Amino acid sequence: MVPAAYYVGLSAVLFVIGALGVLVRRNPLIIFMSIEIMLNAANLAFVAFGQRHGSIDGQALVFFVLCVAAAEVAVGLAIIVAIFRLRRRLSVDELSLMRG
Amino acid sequence: MTAGLIAFWILAVMAVGSAVGVVLRRNPIHSALFLVVHLATLAAFFLKMRAEFLATAQVIVYAGAIAVLFVFAIMVLIPGREESGPDRLRAQRLLAVPVAGLLFVLLAVMLRSTLFSGAAAPAAVPGGVDAIGRALFTDYLFPFEVTSVLLLVALVGVMALAKRRTA
Repeated sequence: MVPAAYYVGLSAVLFVIGALGVLVRRNPLIIFMSIEIMLNAANLAFVAFGQRHGSIDGQALVFFVLCVAAAEVAVGLAIIVAIFRLRRRLSVDELSLMRG
Repeated sequence: MTAGLIAFWILAVMAVGSAVGVVLRRNPIHSALFLVVHLATLAAFFLKMRAEFLATAQVIVYAGAIAVLFVFAIMVLIPGREESGPDRLRAQRLLAVPVAGLLFVLLAVMLRSTLFSGAAAPAAVPGGVDAIGRALFTDYLFPFEVTSVLLLVALVGVMALAKRRTA
């Protein structure tokens, strides 16, 4: 039986890798994949904490995270495709239209 | 070292390595394939933690639907030339590494304070369809229904966004 602390530590490492990906990459698709890594890290922590406390609630929450992630990816990719149709280029640095 | 611990370390190395691969590869297709590996290792972690339903759902939803969606989007968007050219925000990108390190320190401090207090772990809960279905349709019935509305809204929204304007 692996202690829950190992899983939670691993989820922290994965979350930081995902955050780093969001910060350093310019391609919106890879930023989206990094967000998925962060969501999955949170899922791992949810399940680990749920097991540690002997409760099913952590797993129920992961189920909702899965649903929200599916909706988020569908809408996000549609937005990226729409932006690409408009601009013919794909870099988040150029999307500064709403900058004050 | 028990067999469970050895399996944990192998899977952990795979998960971290594939996550680093997603972040570092230049070609988005390679990133998407690394993402599939990453999601599969997380499904294996769920299995190890006796969350069988979540492991199945992870494979179906993430590896089945989301990964395919990513690959489709990459095919539509013609990859390869989006991260070329001068980097105007290079200083900010270099700053991102210490910021991420700081985030890790913060997370580690916070998790230490939560994990090493309280009693030892009780017996593992079963995570099969039976247990999780009972939870979803009793305690979490309202969020469950709201989720169905969310998925419907996402479906309609994507159709509205992706439609070609004929005007």
